[in-house]
Amino acid sequence: MSEPILQLDNVSFAFPDKTVIENLSYTLEKGAFLSIVGENGVGKTTLMKMVLQELKPSNGRVRFLPNRNSVEIGYVPQFRNIDPEYPLSIRDFIGLNFAGFRTPWLTKKERQRVGELLTETKLTGVSDRPLGQASGGEKQKAYLAQALLDNPNLLILDESTASLDPVAKTELLDLVKSLNQRLGLTVIFVTHDIPLARHYSDQYLFLTPGTYEAGPISALSDEKVAKMNNA
Amino acid sequence: MLSYPFMQNAYMAGTLIAIISGIMGVFVIARNMSFLTHTLSEIGFAGAAFGIFMGWQPLNGMLLFTTISSIGVGELGAKSSRRENAISAVSALAIGLGILFLSLADTNASYATGILFGSVIGISRANVIQMMALSAGVLLTLVVIYRFLKFDSFDPIGARVEGLWTRTLSVIFLILLAFSVSVAAQIVGSLLIFILLTLPAAAAKYFVHTVGKMAGLAVIFALVGVWTGLYLSYVTNWPVSFFIAAIEAGIYFIALAVDWAKN
Ligand SMILES: Nc1ncnc2c1ncn2[C@@H]1O[C@H](COP(=O)(O)OP(=O)(O)OP(=O)(O)O)[C@@H](O)[C@H]1O
Ligand SMILES: [Mg+2]
Repeated sequence: MSEPILQLDNVSFAFPDKTVIENLSYTLEKGAFLSIVGENGVGKTTLMKMVLQELKPSNGRVRFLPNRNSVEIGYVPQFRNIDPEYPLSIRDFIGLNFAGFRTPWLTKKERQRVGELLTETKLTGVSDRPLGQASGGEKQKAYLAQALLDNPNLLILDESTASLDPVAKTELLDLVKSLNQRLGLTVIFVTHDIPLARHYSDQYLFLTPGTYEAGPISALSDEKVAKMNNA
Repeated sequence: MLSYPFMQNAYMAGTLIAIISGIMGVFVIARNMSFLTHTLSEIGFAGAAFGIFMGWQPLNGMLLFTTISSIGVGELGAKSSRRENAISAVSALAIGLGILFLSLADTNASYATGILFGSVIGISRANVIQMMALSAGVLLTLVVIYRFLKFDSFDPIGARVEGLWTRTLSVIFLILLAFSVSVAAQIVGSLLIFILLTLPAAAAKYFVHTVGKMAGLAVIFALVGVWTGLYLSYVTNWPVSFFIAAIEAGIYFIALAVDWAKN
């Protein structure tokens, strides 16, 4: 019934001095909301970089289905270098993702799309403020809006809610969840926040050093989390 | 004043320089390349001296040296701490070579100060035409790669994630920078080019918050400095680069003060 969008076949990744992911196989269904959890340094970001094809697996492979071109990825990275003096307005920052050999200025249609995303992320009121002066939550929403600009069908959030207050967390994830339900956007959410993962996602992938476990989110019990963390 | 052909040439050249520097400056600032720009201008000095030694136009020597070294820097790539040190070494070497070529070329000292500190009277109509061609090339390339360059300069992480061809882009940008440095050196001189390539754009970012508007305002700031500087230099007979440096620094400090007052 459901179709896969991303398949990890026996994927491993070794840095020169250590192996972080070992023989991981996982199939991500179209329209799923997957949470990836696991302690610091276990390899979550590394795994995402392999999905983005920024890193090549040392073993195994990453496949997109039905083919690579059918999958448009939006990625909100864990780290971004935006200093307090960063000059671009939130609106202009979001529009950066309209790259291409086109006119230097954005077309009317493109500006409308930026406007839509400002509305969806509730950033319209602050859209002309420099991003450097935006709050942590506003920044995260701007990153999300930029990633959504070219209508991805696979969205990857790497700890995008870590620095947010509870209200901002809920707002951001409510938006992502509504895109997931309305448009069938497939979501990968990397997080340390188990309650949040339980509330929003339907699948989990729990990484521990050397191994992993996956299943429907209802199977991620407190005992399991505690046990795997102690193992 | 404008009835003198050398002042006409100076104003035409100055206008081109201001436009190119203002726009390029926005990307220089965003890409944190002030230091590299300064080094390129020192390399340009060596190139100009080499040109004189060979009996060429100094501008051609500059173009040769800055273009080759900008590609070299591109190859040095991402390792940024190593890059800084490598750049310092190259910069020292460039100044040394410049002094050597000048002494070998056996020109008088005023020629050397012209290259280092700029001059108003040294610009011929042929220079202006060559500068126009170079500036047109730089602007045209900027228009073509604008959206990519903007993304990569103002959000390098996002650009890489979206799979932009960032390596090629940064080499193209460095070559454009080499051309801009060579053009700008014609009036302000090698030592002060980086004033025009950094200060107007650095000031503009406190007032406006889109790339297009920053470029526009930086061009205006650069034009104010260059036009006023040329006029004051004509009237007082003091060096034009002094006035340009003073005006641009003034604009920058005013911008800082305004920003400080706002927050
Ligand atoms: N370029 C690199 N060279 C060597 N080791 C690296 C490199 N990048 C990451 N590592 C190591 O690989 C491990 C996995 O890093 P990764 O960033 O994937 O962890 P993570 O699960 O995302 O952690 P966090 O929860 O802190 O974000 C860490 O121990 C890290 O130190
Ligand atoms: Mg991580």
